[in-house]
Amino acid sequence: MDELSLYVLDITMNSVRAGADAISVTICEEGDWLDFTVTDNGCGMTEEQVKKLTDPFFTTRKTRKVGLGIPFLTMLAEMTGGFVRITSTHESVSDDHGTTTHARFGRNHIDFIPLGDMIETVLTLIQGSPDINFTYTHKTDGGTVYLSCAELREILEDVPLNEPEVLAWIRENLREQYDAASAS
Amino acid sequence: MKSLEELKAIKAKMQDKVTLRTSSAQTRVVVGMATCGIAAGARPVLAAFVEGINEAGLSDNVIVTQTGCIGICQYEPVVEVFNGEEKVTYVKMTAERAKEVIEKHIKGGKVVTEYTIGDTAK
Repeated sequence: MDELSLYVLDITMNSVRAGADAISVTICEEGDWLDFTVTDNGCGMTEEQVKKLTDPFFTTRKTRKVGLGIPFLTMLAEMTGGFVRITSTHESVSDDHGTTTHARFGRNHIDFIPLGDMIETVLTLIQGSPDINFTYTHKTDGGTVYLSCAELREILEDVPLNEPEVLAWIRENLREQYDAASAS
Repeated sequence: MKSLEELKAIKAKMQDKVTLRTSSAQTRVVVGMATCGIAAGARPVLAAFVEGINEAGLSDNVIVTQTGCIGICQYEPVVEVFNGEEKVTYVKMTAERAKEVIEKHIKGGKVVTEYTIGDTAK
């Protein structure tokens, strides 16, 4: 994967599959670091599952025997002097369950890969899961880009967020926010 | 700026159409979006199907959905097209190939054999 936004998509898909109905994706670019954090209210993981996460031969899926999402991300983050931290509370432990994945990358490190197209990542997530309340926040050097599916849904009511016209509106809205952030 | 007023206008326009659509969709396009699919380039393939089907005016009859890993990672990006009882599995897809599948298969009813798993695995 040659852009970070694909890793963000991959990690957020884990939250979707964990049955979350609210997922927040936050990207923060500040100083030497790019941090992204994905927080969900899905089923969460047990302590034992969290321990095994960096093992490529651990996966909960049944269609194949390897899971490379987290090992890939961890390798990439550590190569740039960063890290990946995952905290999780399994639904058997608490009603306040879910998972938070925080990845940090050194923005000026030679092995840092560009963030890439976050708009397409956000659109892919909404297209696939129009009923999930995604919150997207991207703090750039020039300003903050923000989208809340819950706020859009208040206007759209029963019109799904993955209607092509709605997706096109979201794409344009984000693009204009990014333009404004890079102009300031 | 894309205003919320514009979004309200979209809502007003779409409201009646949506209920009609969910009951009349005949073709389902399913794109694999697990780690293997994403790494192989599934994101632009999905976008090409969503946009292409809308532009072709087919969104009343065709729905595009996503799925996880179906176990043939070496052939990703994988796209399955369901039509009634029939299922066609396209492999190693690109945005360009997606446009071709929309034009020839979904619109024209003719399977693009050279991109199917049967032809590729030979």
